[in-house]
Amino acid sequence: MFVRNDLLFLGLGILVPVCASMLVFLFVDAPPLRATELFFEGAFGSSQRMGDTLMIWVPLLLASSALIITFSAGMWNIGIEGQIIAGAVAASFVAREFEASTPVVLTAMIVAGLIGGMIWGGLAGLLRVRGGVNEIFGGLGLNFVATGLVVYLIMGPWSRRGIASTGGTEPFRPQAWFPTLDGLRVSPLSVLLAIGVLILVLWFLSRTSYGLRLRATGKNPLAASRFGIRTDAYLLLSFLLAGGVAGLAGVTQAAAVYHRLVPSISGGYGFLAILIVLLAGFRGQWILPIALFFAAVSMASFQWQLQLGLHSSLGGVIQGILVLSVLLLSGYRAISYMRKPISEEGDA
Amino acid sequence: MEAATVAIIIASSTPLVFAALGETLTEKSGVVNLSLDGSMLLSAMTGFASAYLSGSVEIGLCVAMFTSATVASVVAFAGIKLRLNQIAVGLVLTYFATKASALFGGDFVRKPGPSIQKMSIPGLEEIPFVGEAVFQQNPLVYLSIVLGFVLFVFMFKTRRGLDLHAIGDRPEAAFSRGINVNLQRYVYTILGGALVGLGGAAFSLDAKMGWSDGHIANYGWIALAIVIFGGWHPLRAMFGCYLFGLIQVSALELQPVLPDLAQVLPIAPFPLMIVALVFINLRVVHSVTDRLGSIGSLIRGRAPSGLGESFWPD
Repeated sequence: MFVRNDLLFLGLGILVPVCASMLVFLFVDAPPLRATELFFEGAFGSSQRMGDTLMIWVPLLLASSALIITFSAGMWNIGIEGQIIAGAVAASFVAREFEASTPVVLTAMIVAGLIGGMIWGGLAGLLRVRGGVNEIFGGLGLNFVATGLVVYLIMGPWSRRGIASTGGTEPFRPQAWFPTLDGLRVSPLSVLLAIGVLILVLWFLSRTSYGLRLRATGKNPLAASRFGIRTDAYLLLSFLLAGGVAGLAGVTQAAAVYHRLVPSISGGYGFLAILIVLLAGFRGQWILPIALFFAAVSMASFQWQLQLGLHSSLGGVIQGILVLSVLLLSGYRAISYMRKPISEEGDA
Repeated sequence: MEAATVAIIIASSTPLVFAALGETLTEKSGVVNLSLDGSMLLSAMTGFASAYLSGSVEIGLCVAMFTSATVASVVAFAGIKLRLNQIAVGLVLTYFATKASALFGGDFVRKPGPSIQKMSIPGLEEIPFVGEAVFQQNPLVYLSIVLGFVLFVFMFKTRRGLDLHAIGDRPEAAFSRGINVNLQRYVYTILGGALVGLGGAAFSLDAKMGWSDGHIANYGWIALAIVIFGGWHPLRAMFGCYLFGLIQVSALELQPVLPDLAQVLPIAPFPLMIVALVFINLRVVHSVTDRLGSIGSLIRGRAPSGLGESFWPD
């Protein structure tokens, strides 16, 4: 009974989003089969494209790793975009100011990005813990501030010589670029960094006593504090760590993708990562394939735009449909198993 | 300040007033519709598109209200019936609706379309200052102001309003008094969603005429912040919207004064509004407002206790 029901929901979880996506294709006058074909071609069709997909995968993985930490502590870290930007700004500062060999500069950039992100994440945490401001709005406010900061830097002190344009700063010196393989735009270093960080985060959360206490804080703050856990400190810790990890996404975006600071450096990957983590049901091991799929959809979006003349937000619509239908189905599944009411933990 | 400036502030804040009032109504019943930023964009697009195609502003307004009410009903269904986390559903819908507005609005980008016409109120428009500031606007502006007061009376002076407080604050108690908690939550969430849609259409058919991708992005978040700033009180929410309008107009006025910050100033009102939120939440401020009695309760409000939690009668 259980098994059959699970299989049913798994089937529906795949079938419903696929059918809904096909309907969207039909609605925008795109041949569904050709669009599906273009999805695989666009994301995995050649080594360059596979590399480009991985290039989107990296910030998604890092942002998702960051979110897993704050979700474990029961927090909605909407400020993740700002944390990515803060990491990118800090890394760009290092890239502009320090001249040294590549390993030294890159290490310094990574450390700077980590610190920049931690500052931004820590601020959201402080607002929550000390200011009593809901972390959703504290994070949003800090996102706006970070966006303002980047625009100010690009138009003002860090503007290109002669022309101040919103296009971005002067490119970094090549010493501050993540190394790439021939013919590929993706840097293997950034891929390794992202996977390594995810493993480290999962290990921290599941295998250390700090991680255990952090998760206890998220599951039941009252019980955790009765048990002697300083929940405020762990909330703050979760924001510091998440900010640092998100800051690394900023570093790779600046040093491995754009090679300079641009206004849209976070690329909306922070918000997209929230959907990834929700789809993974907060289970870390699922993040790798889901983030890869989301990166592939984003890549396919470019192909749909180029080859079929469709709007670039088509991929986003499909990602949204997927997460929404899986979320609703999981709700159905839960209430179909439950006979007794269980009060849900909710916060707003 | 000149009357013309006040008129601009009121007119430009009107979409936010609708959205903030709608969300206040929804949250008062205990449901969080976090999808505002996306559903406003989507309803602004559908409202403009249908007004553009039909040539009728009224049809545009109706379609926009329907759009946003539909999004709200998904939040209500998922939160009430499926007991899903309302924040999660709201965030996903925000993303989905934002992307959908860009995808389906592609044909209407930067097209000149119909807009809401001005309608001065005879007699009242003659009043010095106030006449020019308030009574030479369009019908939507008058509607938003009237709506604020209507909601105030409804919430605090009627029996149904009392029920609304009860289902948001103590759903169990409301249920035992014979109120159908979940049915009312559906109604208020969908009604609130319709108002949010009206706010979206007020952008695309009036305040920021027309449609382009993400052209009112972030206003939904501001509306959500204003609901908290307004302490779940309709009149204070309105005040918050006008305050935001004032900050926005001042930021634009400051642009020539501070040319170095010209690019940053248009973004500045958004974090400033959040700073205001932080301020009224500070414990120091709390300790002051707590001593002020009823005046203090005008400055800070309390969230409905059952906000975001699903209620299940046995």
